[in-house]
Formats: sequence, C-alpha cells, structure tokens
Amino acid sequence: MIIFRDVHKSFGSKRVLQGFSLEVRDGETMVILGYSGSGKSVALKHIVGLLEPDQGEVEVDGQVVHRLERRELMALRANIGFVFQFAALLDSMTVGDNIALGLRRQRLPEDEIHERVGEALSLVDLAGTEDRYPAELSGGMRKRVGIARAIALRPRYLLYDEPTTGLDPVTAAVIDQLMVRAKRKLGISGVVVTHDMRSAYTVGDRIAMLYKGLVRQVGTVAEIQDTRDPAVRQFIEGRPEAAADAEASLGEVAS
Amino acid sequence: MYELLAGRVAGWLAAFGRLGYFVASVGRALRDVGTWGSLTAGQMRRVGVASVPIALFIAAFTGIVLALQASYTFTGAVPLYFVGTLVGKTVMLELGPVLTGLALAGRVGANVAAELGTMRVTEQVDALETLAYDPISYLVVPRVLAATVMFPFVVILAMAMGVLSGWLTAVNLLDLSTAEFVRGLKLFYRFKDVWFGLVKSASFGLTISLVGCVKGLSVDRGAEAVGRAATDAVVVSAMLILALDAFWAIVLL
Repeated sequence: MIIFRDVHKSFGSKRVLQGFSLEVRDGETMVILGYSGSGKSVALKHIVGLLEPDQGEVEVDGQVVHRLERRELMALRANIGFVFQFAALLDSMTVGDNIALGLRRQRLPEDEIHERVGEALSLVDLAGTEDRYPAELSGGMRKRVGIARAIALRPRYLLYDEPTTGLDPVTAAVIDQLMVRAKRKLGISGVVVTHDMRSAYTVGDRIAMLYKGLVRQVGTVAEIQDTRDPAVRQFIEGRPEAAADAEASLGEVAS
Repeated sequence: MYELLAGRVAGWLAAFGRLGYFVASVGRALRDVGTWGSLTAGQMRRVGVASVPIALFIAAFTGIVLALQASYTFTGAVPLYFVGTLVGKTVMLELGPVLTGLALAGRVGANVAAELGTMRVTEQVDALETLAYDPISYLVVPRVLAATVMFPFVVILAMAMGVLSGWLTAVNLLDLSTAEFVRGLKLFYRFKDVWFGLVKSASFGLTISLVGCVKGLSVDRGAEAVGRAATDAVVVSAMLILALDAFWAIVLL
C-alpha cells in the first residue's frame, strides 16, 4: 500500500503540494488527475524518493520513504517500476540493454535476463527490437519500451508519469490497453498521473483529482463521472470557461 | 555594496560546500565497484585514447615553435645546444601538461557536462535512480577515474611528441646536429621533470572530470542550461588548471 500523509512540497516560492493525502490500495490502479503544473508528477516522484517532502511523509509497504537509508531505498526501488513521461531511455544503449539495466542491477543470471527482456518486449508488442537504439524508435514505441523496462523488473508497483501525453489517439489507446494488460497479467498495483480523461476512465480503478495542492476528490470512475464538485466537473468535461478558473487557482498555488 | 559582497561570498561558500558534498559522494561511491568497474574501460577509451590525436597535434607544433624561438633567443649569446635543454625542460615541466590540460578541458570537460546535462533534462539520471543505481557510481566515478588515470598517459605521449618535433626542427631548420640536441636535452634533465608533469596532469584530469560532472548534473532544465553547463565546465576547469599549475610549482619545485 502507498500512503501520502499531509505532503507539502515547494520549489522556491512556488508551493506545489499543500497537504496532499492519498491512499493507494494493493492491487488497484489509482489515477491522479490534475491541470498541467499542478504537481502530479511531483507527487509521483515522492514514491520512489526522487523528491523528499518538505513536510509530511510518503509510506510504501509500511516504510517511510524519505527516512530510508540509501541501501534500503535502493531495495525499495527494485520493487517499483517507473514509466517516465518521455520514456527516459538511455540513448547510448540498445532497447535490450535498457530493459536489462535494472535486471543486471539485481545480479540475475544473463540467460534469465535475456528471457525476461524477451517476455517484456512481447508484452508490449515489440518483440525483436532488442538491438535497436531509442533514436530509431517512434515516440509511442519508446513509451512502450519504457513500460517494458518497468515490467521486466516484476515490480509490486508500477508508476506511470503522463503515459499518453503527446501521442496520437490510436497510439494512446494502445498504451492504455498495455497498462490494463500489464495489470491483468501481472497483478501489479499502479499509480497513473495524467490529464487524459479517456485514459483515466480506461485504466483507473479509482481516480483522485489534485487541485490547489490537495486532493479535491477521490472515488471510483463512476463516482468521478457523476461528481457534483464544480472544480472536478469543469476539469473532466474540459470546458473552456473553466480554463480561466484553473489558471487563477494555479496562480494561487504558486503565490 | 556590502550586501552584494556578502551575497557573493555566501554564494561561493555554498558552491564550495556543494562541491565538498559531491566529492564525498564520489568517495562513497568508490565502494560500489560492481557498478563502475565494468564502465571504466569504455570511459578510458573515450577520455584517454580518443584525446591522443589532439594532444599530439598541439605538442608537435609546440616543439617546433620552442626550438625556433630558443634558437632566435640564444644565437650569438648562448651555445645553440641549449635549444635541446629549453625544448626538453619546457615541454616536460610546463607546456606538455598545461597545454594538453587546457585542450582537454575543452574536449573532455565540455563533453562530460553536455552529456550528463542532457541525461539530467531528459530524466535519464532519474531513470537510473529508479532502477536502483547510484548515478554517482554509474556516471561520475567511471569518468573521474578514467580521466585521472589516462591524462598522464596522454601527456607523456605529448611530451615525447614535443621533444621529437623540437629535435626534427633543430636538425632540419637550425644549424644543430642530433648529438648537440641530445647533449642539451640531457644537460639539466632530471627524472623529476617527468614525474612532476605526470602528477600535474593526473590532477588536471581529476579536476576537469569532476567539474564537468558537477556542472552536468546541476543542469535543471532546457537546452540553454546544457549549453551553459558545457561553457562553465570549460571556463572553470581552465582557471583551476592554471591555479593548480602554480600550486604544484610552489609545492613540488
């Protein structure tokens, strides 16, 4: 289980998270929604200790992440797969080596690494691309390799940072299906950060709306779709008249 | 005015503190041999072997110029075989290590800063962390070790090339025989001339790679910041090379 408890985080004078609290239950996929720049990715990075809270704490399987010793943090990270917004593949390495990177860290035998790389690439429908370099792949393919790299670790949790941003609708739908397939086949708990409502409804068991640095509402997909909260309604319906309100609210967060 | 000065001093102290913390992290990461061990040979090739041509090019022309300028200065006043003395001493003690160091500050320092800066802005460094790697062990230690170990090898080749080109210039363009050039070369030669240059070049390699890594990993966002990091890495490294050059002269000579 992943628990955010009253997390505050600022960058200079910009207050991004202001008492963010949320529970992600084992086995569920939690979607965190919010406007661009609202702090969704910031919240996600706290789970793997890439960022430390100014106040509050993030707990993963009973361990408070920012209090862990370096070795304990590394052990925790080995159980969490992170899919970055632009895949963050190491461009000096082939696709196969990128996926094998985390497995080599776990000191697995080379034949098992080879097997797991093949399995992960098959799962994202990219079998046979082991020897290609990231620069030779399209944006959608790179994202799928990023997912394969995370899945190959056989983690307990998968974290997705804007997995469909910047993709055409068909490729975005393919990525959504991959996330659903990964959860169904591997039973991994997930946290998905996005502002793509179609993706949120497809992959999410529950959805949390991050607004002004706090969780505005959390509920099942049906509960969010039927919400009466004006801020959440405006966001999920993507109404243009809401854009000014959103800008103003983000301005308040920053002030 | 006073506030501005105080702010500047505080900024320098903070930068010095960050550098100290970074160096301590590198020291701690040295224990993680399993990570950096397999990556260091590749960096030695990139940092060391690939730098040999530029180092030899600079050394060759330095040797030619030294021989000609020595002849111009000595003619009529000092025996011409002192051309060998001046070429040998200058190349080994000063110009071999320092000119090579300055050239490699551009070649290696800028390359390291730009590469790590790009990795930082494209979240590749974060990706390494989420895969349970320490970026210092994976990215910094191999580059720092490679530069520290390989720079002396590059410089010793540069020293040899400088003396060789000085000799070729002396026998072909000046009225000097090989025996006279070698006589001058051996006249005040001490083994310390060589190891002093090599100690200096190892310290230059360490400095250039550390500065490049610090600047690269400090990049926050955008292509402009990557460019600035590369420029800063070259400028700071060049300044530190000259400061270190003076430091070693005071301490070891």
